[in-house]
Amino acid sequence: MRKKEMIAMLLAGGQGSRLGVLTAKVAKPAVAFGGKYRIIDFPLSNCINSGIDTVGVLTQYQPLRLNTHIGIGISWDLDRNFGGVTILPPYEKSSNSEWYTGTANAIYQNLDYIETYHPDYVLILSGDHIYKMDYEVMLDYHKEHKADVTIAAMPVPIEEASRFGVVVAEEDGQISEFQEKPPEPKSNLASMGIYIFSWPVLKEALVALKNEPGCDFGKHIIPYCHEKGQRLFAYEYNGYWKDVGTLGSYWEANMELIDIVPEFNLYEEYWKIYTNSGILPPQYISGQAVIERSIIGNGSEIYGEVKNCVIGSGVVIGEGAVVRDSIIMKDTVIGKGCVVDKAIIAENCEIGENVTLGIGSDVPNKLKPAIYSFGLVTIGENTIVPPGVQVGKNTALSGATVKEDYPNGVLESGETLIKAGERV
Amino acid sequence: MRALGIILAGGNNHKMRELTSRRAVAAMPIAGSYRAIDFTLSNMSNSHIQKVAVLTQYNARSLNEHLNSSKWWDFGRKQGGLYVFTPTITADNGYWYRGTADAIYQNLDFLKRSHEPYVIITSGDAVYKMDYNKVLEYHIAKKADITVVCKELDDSEDASRFGTIKMDDSMRIEEFEEKPMVAHSHTISTGIYVVRRRLLIDLIEHCAEEDRYDFVTDILIRYKNLKKIYGYKIKDYWSNISTVDAYYRTNMDFLRPEVREYFFKQRPEIYSKVSDLPPAKYNPGSVVKNSLVASGSIINGTVENSILFKKTFVGNNCVIKNSIILNDVYLGDNSYIENCIVESRDTIRANTRYVGENGVKVVVEKNERYAL
Repeated sequence: MRKKEMIAMLLAGGQGSRLGVLTAKVAKPAVAFGGKYRIIDFPLSNCINSGIDTVGVLTQYQPLRLNTHIGIGISWDLDRNFGGVTILPPYEKSSNSEWYTGTANAIYQNLDYIETYHPDYVLILSGDHIYKMDYEVMLDYHKEHKADVTIAAMPVPIEEASRFGVVVAEEDGQISEFQEKPPEPKSNLASMGIYIFSWPVLKEALVALKNEPGCDFGKHIIPYCHEKGQRLFAYEYNGYWKDVGTLGSYWEANMELIDIVPEFNLYEEYWKIYTNSGILPPQYISGQAVIERSIIGNGSEIYGEVKNCVIGSGVVIGEGAVVRDSIIMKDTVIGKGCVVDKAIIAENCEIGENVTLGIGSDVPNKLKPAIYSFGLVTIGENTIVPPGVQVGKNTALSGATVKEDYPNGVLESGETLIKAGERV
Repeated sequence: MRALGIILAGGNNHKMRELTSRRAVAAMPIAGSYRAIDFTLSNMSNSHIQKVAVLTQYNARSLNEHLNSSKWWDFGRKQGGLYVFTPTITADNGYWYRGTADAIYQNLDFLKRSHEPYVIITSGDAVYKMDYNKVLEYHIAKKADITVVCKELDDSEDASRFGTIKMDDSMRIEEFEEKPMVAHSHTISTGIYVVRRRLLIDLIEHCAEEDRYDFVTDILIRYKNLKKIYGYKIKDYWSNISTVDAYYRTNMDFLRPEVREYFFKQRPEIYSKVSDLPPAKYNPGSVVKNSLVASGSIINGTVENSILFKKTFVGNNCVIKNSIILNDVYLGDNSYIENCIVESRDTIRANTRYVGENGVKVVVEKNERYAL
């Protein structure tokens, strides 16, 4: 019998709606990060670096970009004769056909996939965190403690703990209590959404809870295992881990990369992050360009001024343009004479000449104040912004916008402008 | 498929000085992210030539490493693919490749077992884009035995390091001189040839019988009047890199917008092996003007009119001018580099000064690097 000791199941089907227009057309794990990567590159690279060569990627929301990116897994060395990466979308069954209704439900619907590999352990990951972790060390911990379930957890400030699943652990790491997003957390150890299950335990729980609507790991599976008296352990992690679920945290995590020696260092040889970036020429920095504290991807051309920015591949920053504190993704063109402050501009956008982004006061967004905040200008992919217009803070733009969409040439702070059409 | 490809990448070249003491010319890094052979390989792939043999001999380690997977150029196919042939000792041959024709002769079985009617023979040391199908169509239309792709050099360029050609009005080659003392023509052979596979086998076998080993002198020049050898002129960018000056100039050409547009933007594109490097990083104090910067580089100093290849580290207060820094070089603080080519994997100690006074200086330091 051919088998794998541990396989990973990577949950990549969520929309990540808190990223607003950035995830209007792509799943959150496929959103660009750090100049050349996509968010899913981090867990995938962690897998291969930890010696896990079998990964099921569960997709559902807008999977095209994700599928293209992963392909047959060549970029992560996950093209294997036995194992490798497999994309697992929901599929029709003889008895029923349903979408993945929850994180655990998605795994339940792919029991057959897991069984193919006869694993002893199953690692559950999500595709929306930035971190480097050796899952093999976590597995050693799991075995050492004869655990049934090991939950990776990290200390967070107590006031933030209520946003997470919180674990209360004994001295030896055994979990005595698990609270999902508690109003009054009893501990500051937050679950990172990374679990190792002994496969028989997980299988039993998934089958027992198969009729649970929206079956979820944090809400159902973990409490179920806990109530059954199984051995749950917390694996404390103290390295860099960033949830990039909101525009603010996404922007911050990108900006941290430009520190001289960032806490999360992409330049280490030891734990490389792999990506499918295509074959690109070097970047060209013109005689007029000024660049300070930035990282810039391959094939970009810089003619203007760039300060504190994360710039993707194939980006053009026009002459006389000034771009500060911003994230510019792949293939976007910033026209001549633009002034861009604190913006997130997604892939393949065209910002016309002399456009000013990020002016005015910090007025909350009228439509979705919880999403478009932090004073950011957020522009979805393939957006066209006509020349000469001005855009305020806490704004969101998407689609082929024209001059008429901007009253007096200005989109005031707090406005949202979503149009049809896109840049080809 | 109508044609298979042979890339002659075995040659040594003393005109490259120290640069080729470590690698074959075909493995020379070009334009920040590429190696010389990428251009020919990409042209092959983009011309839908799916079976390509690379003949290597001299200092092939770095080239073999670059070619360790054929997938980057899309040659990872069930039919055909990329073949790398180094000389081997067999029952009836114990020689190195004694010349270009001999290199093909020693791998004649590859040609005999193929079924493609035509062969495209190229070198691996030129930077250009070409659709070989166009040459092939010309070859067929001319009913030629051999077609030689040639190029008119500017008057300023030295033709004497190439094979020079004179043609009649029908483009048939009348004169062919290999590396003449004094060049009488500014039309040169680019080392790209089209020939029918059966004819090539006959010519090569005949050559071997007479103990002749060189494709140019023993086939092209010797058969000049006997066979119909035609020239095919190209006007597009083509640059051979096999002297230090030519190598330097070819790289610096990429600082010109029209050259970047032609190679980086226009399709079909040039492929290369992907290295998993993070984006380039510009720290406070970095000043970069009119330069190409490849991924994985970290810049703290000043860089002007230069090309930084992959993983260059530029220390604080460094000044780099009109220079080419090859892959994985560490430049210590306050170093000053002007008009130089710095060999790859080198470590330049802090406060070092190198200036190419009369032409380009090749810098090779063999300092140990201690891992950070």
